[in-house]
Amino acid sequence: MTIVVQDVLHGSRLALARLLSQIENSTPAGYTALSELFPHTGQAHLVGVTGSPGTGKSSLVNRLAWHYRHPPEGVPQKRVAIVAVDPSSPFSGGAVLGDRVRMRDLTGDSGVFIRSMASRGSLGGLAAATSGLVQAFDAAGFEIILIETVGAGQAEVEVARLAHTTLVVEAPGLGDDIQAIKAGILEIADILVINKADRPGAEHTERALRGMLQLAHPGRRVFRHHGALETVQPSQPEPTSGESVWLPPIQKTIATEDSGIVELIDQIAKHHQYLHDSGEWEQKTRARLQSEFDDLLHTALVQRWRASVTDERIAHIFEKLAQRQIAPRDAVSALLNGVPR
Amino acid sequence: MNPLEKKIRVLIAKPGLDGHDRGAKVVARALRDAGMEVIYTGLRQTPEMIAEAALQEDVDVVGLSILSGAHNALVPRVLELLEANGQTHVQLFVGGIIPDEDTAALKAAGVSGVYGPGTLTDQIVADVRLGVLGETAA
Repeated sequence: MTIVVQDVLHGSRLALARLLSQIENSTPAGYTALSELFPHTGQAHLVGVTGSPGTGKSSLVNRLAWHYRHPPEGVPQKRVAIVAVDPSSPFSGGAVLGDRVRMRDLTGDSGVFIRSMASRGSLGGLAAATSGLVQAFDAAGFEIILIETVGAGQAEVEVARLAHTTLVVEAPGLGDDIQAIKAGILEIADILVINKADRPGAEHTERALRGMLQLAHPGRRVFRHHGALETVQPSQPEPTSGESVWLPPIQKTIATEDSGIVELIDQIAKHHQYLHDSGEWEQKTRARLQSEFDDLLHTALVQRWRASVTDERIAHIFEKLAQRQIAPRDAVSALLNGVPR
Repeated sequence: MNPLEKKIRVLIAKPGLDGHDRGAKVVARALRDAGMEVIYTGLRQTPEMIAEAALQEDVDVVGLSILSGAHNALVPRVLELLEANGQTHVQLFVGGIIPDEDTAALKAAGVSGVYGPGTLTDQIVADVRLGVLGETAA
């Protein structure tokens, strides 16, 4: 085992910080360390926090982490790592990472580690190395890992693949009920958070989200019709006992006033319990490893194949493609099968 | 973006009690436009908060903006904490209102650059590049 990995496992913050950079920069030392750390991973609860820019993700993460560090009597304190991703400039490659500005409450606490990341050209809301950083934090013994995405629009759903529990943060006034039935980010929510709930329009946002959830989960529909409470029988059978279904709760919060955060932590804990009871934790873990395995295999095969063909041959086939003598699919076939055309 | 080129990571912080952060933001923006990753911490940071952020973020450079006149107290303290954390390789530069007669002492204490009003941002970018990449090559 390399010294840096030993130091990380023994709790050295400097070694961890340096290792995170190695992983982020895809260095051979970073890969070696990740391999050595891998047996120590799989313990942490990964909580993704996503949503549009300005909905208050960083402030929410700040208060969540604070409460994990200051739990009520009888609840064990948890070590918290935060990975906060902000966008890189597509022009200069530079970035201003400003999520720490909202996380002042967490300074001076050795049970918290905050790391900012630039997205470095990735489009899914995370950076390519985010999963590697999360693994390092997991191995280093952080029990809760909060993963804050770049301000996400409608399609940045990668965080749901990485995290066990995904919070989608909304704020009042950002869209109507049509936004709420579109595909994409709302579908990945395990918990919907309406932050800034003291702002005008919070009720409307809640109604739109609740409507969306009822469309998505037609079971147990109870609503008011001309003042009377009515229940509509679901068109699909209710889940039989033992195979429960998680219905995403809606939690209203005001992060800057610390309102609703304890309740949100409670919902996160419930989801954690649900994942274990239903077997979904195991399924999610397997699915994540499978997709990482597939990606690596894909990259490795391409590299291996690329080393076996000459640039001239690729250029030759591409020229035929560019002249429209051969279709793109046939060009690839010709290259892979070695057909001399 | 060349993946082999090292990304320079810079922490820009404003220690002390004055609330004028325009200079810090201008420098942060200029470094960003030069392709660096700038971690911006905001106003009213203590030296302890700055050193902690520099450690967690594994930065190469720390830039402090000080207009309050407290540089002779704040800067040595930040340097001391960086060293205590084992971050002896981190360069520290200072911008803001620093009287000429204090500049020499700050540089002697280990500050890599002192930038007053009127400094071209290109100058800061060039100094940071030289300092970090020069050190990497050595």
